[in-house]
Amino acid sequence: MNTLITVLFLIFAAIILASAIMTVTVKNIVHAALWLISSFFGVGALYLLMEAEFLGVAQVLIYVGAVSILILFAIMLTRDLEGSQNRQLTPRWWIALIVPAALFSLLIVPTVMTHAWQLPPPPPAGQPPAISGAQQIGAAFMREYLLPFEVAAILLTVAMIGAIVVAFEERERRRRVLTLAEQVRLRQRQQQRQQPAPRPEPAATAVQPSEATGSET
Amino acid sequence: MPSITEAVPLPWVLTLAGALFCVGLFGALSRRNTVGILLGIELMLNAVNINLVAFWRYLEPNVVAGQTFALFVITVAAAEAAVGLAMIIAIYRARQTVNADEVDSLRG
Repeated sequence: MNTLITVLFLIFAAIILASAIMTVTVKNIVHAALWLISSFFGVGALYLLMEAEFLGVAQVLIYVGAVSILILFAIMLTRDLEGSQNRQLTPRWWIALIVPAALFSLLIVPTVMTHAWQLPPPPPAGQPPAISGAQQIGAAFMREYLLPFEVAAILLTVAMIGAIVVAFEERERRRRVLTLAEQVRLRQRQQQRQQPAPRPEPAATAVQPSEATGSET
Repeated sequence: MPSITEAVPLPWVLTLAGALFCVGLFGALSRRNTVGILLGIELMLNAVNINLVAFWRYLEPNVVAGQTFALFVITVAAAEAAVGLAMIIAIYRARQTVNADEVDSLRG
């Protein structure tokens, strides 16, 4: 049974890390967002493996359901057709590779591996371990964490209003292209604007019909 | 009663979280696309959450504070994503680009 959990952990770890590496290296930003969803799912499965079932469900609901859809919408709204062929990494990306690699291999791994973790003693056999679940979380949110809970509610409201205010665009000011559909509509409008332009020429020739008829004959 | 505390040592989980954090840090530092930078930040926040949940499960499983803190981190991450993506859309509208190198009006 323990080996099964170990194997499951290794599988989830491989899913999380492989998806994360694909997220940061893949060229297409839409594919990067989809790989990010896969990584979120792996993290949610890891929460379930660590018996934090409420957090696992919240991870899937909030990250997979809301944040990644938000990211995909932002990608669709800001997509430039020419930019997808350009390189996605900064010119000095190898510095950006050295810093996290050094952080991981020189700081995180030695610290984590050598530190003496004071693990609590395992519970006596036959007795289920005392693990705080969703019931305890709900009670805690209504009692000792009531003020942070309310502050989080206010934060979410402020963030929602702020996001709407920042991204809102008044209709009369709208002159930039947003989506592909709007780009097509703008091109059509420009073509309609260009089409009336040749019309004065027949009108100008109509002013001097004798010249026009003279050139024709 | 099989549990992850017996099957997987705590340093493995912490190493996984550290690796995920470093991958996210690389993404946030190396991407030119601002949405790509935000993807890296989301990965880093997830790594922090794995750390919090691992410490809760291994060290203090009967105290509710670990999971509560992770939930608050998820809340703040959602708010950050909403405002950040709204800012990216506003920048795109004003400057027709999502490239972080081209948005340098405040450069000295």
